[in-house]
Amino acid sequence: MKIRYFAWMKRTVGVPEEEVAPPDGTDTVGDLVVWLRGRSPGHAEALAEGAAFGAAVDQRTATFDVKLAGAREVAFFPPFTGG
Amino acid sequence: MSVRVQEADFDVGAELARVTDGNKRIGGLAVFVGLVREMHVREGYHRDRIDALTLEHYPGMTETALQEIEAEANRRWPLEATLIVHRYGRMEPGERIVLVAVGSPHREAAFEACEFLVDWLKTKAPFWKLEDTPKGEQWVGAHEGDDAAAARWEKK
Repeated sequence: MKIRYFAWMKRTVGVPEEEVAPPDGTDTVGDLVVWLRGRSPGHAEALAEGAAFGAAVDQRTATFDVKLAGAREVAFFPPFTGG
Repeated sequence: MSVRVQEADFDVGAELARVTDGNKRIGGLAVFVGLVREMHVREGYHRDRIDALTLEHYPGMTETALQEIEAEANRRWPLEATLIVHRYGRMEPGERIVLVAVGSPHREAAFEACEFLVDWLKTKAPFWKLEDTPKGEQWVGAHEGDDAAAARWEKK
């Protein structure tokens, strides 16, 4: 699945997007966050517990309990500041 | 109903003319234009001068999110026309960022729906502001005031 990062998270992780194959048992957005933290110090910092960020699954805002089954694209981003 | 996300500036007069063109049921058109401010007030007292603002967004999701917000406004109020134009990319103080226009037979619905659209797009559409200041680049943090403004419109 494709993972995308936006705003400061992109710089902290070091890449705007990446293809990943999480192990079996990575069922929810929250599970994915925990697994991604292990990929690099940048990932661990951007996705740290308590950091203010949200997620989208296939371009729809998703809470961390949302299931990943069939998801093609998961994005992580800071709170929106448009307008 | 119309939503556009673009890098280029827009002509407010031309956009508004298009919104109402040919629709004689519209009695009132409420309009909001968001501009880049030259000062950013942080924590109430600390001020940073802004040389430029760069708006990043999530192509695809942005358009969907704006269309959903627009559809929600049309469910809540009797509207004849809605338009949201939001820019991305680099902008300098004084430049236009966003245009929201709402046409309705009567002004109350137009004013309320326009305010609703601005409040919700600030907190529900995937845009992020990066400020270029004399002290370097700074990502703009979410405003509690914006969250409170958006929450006013949540259905009880």
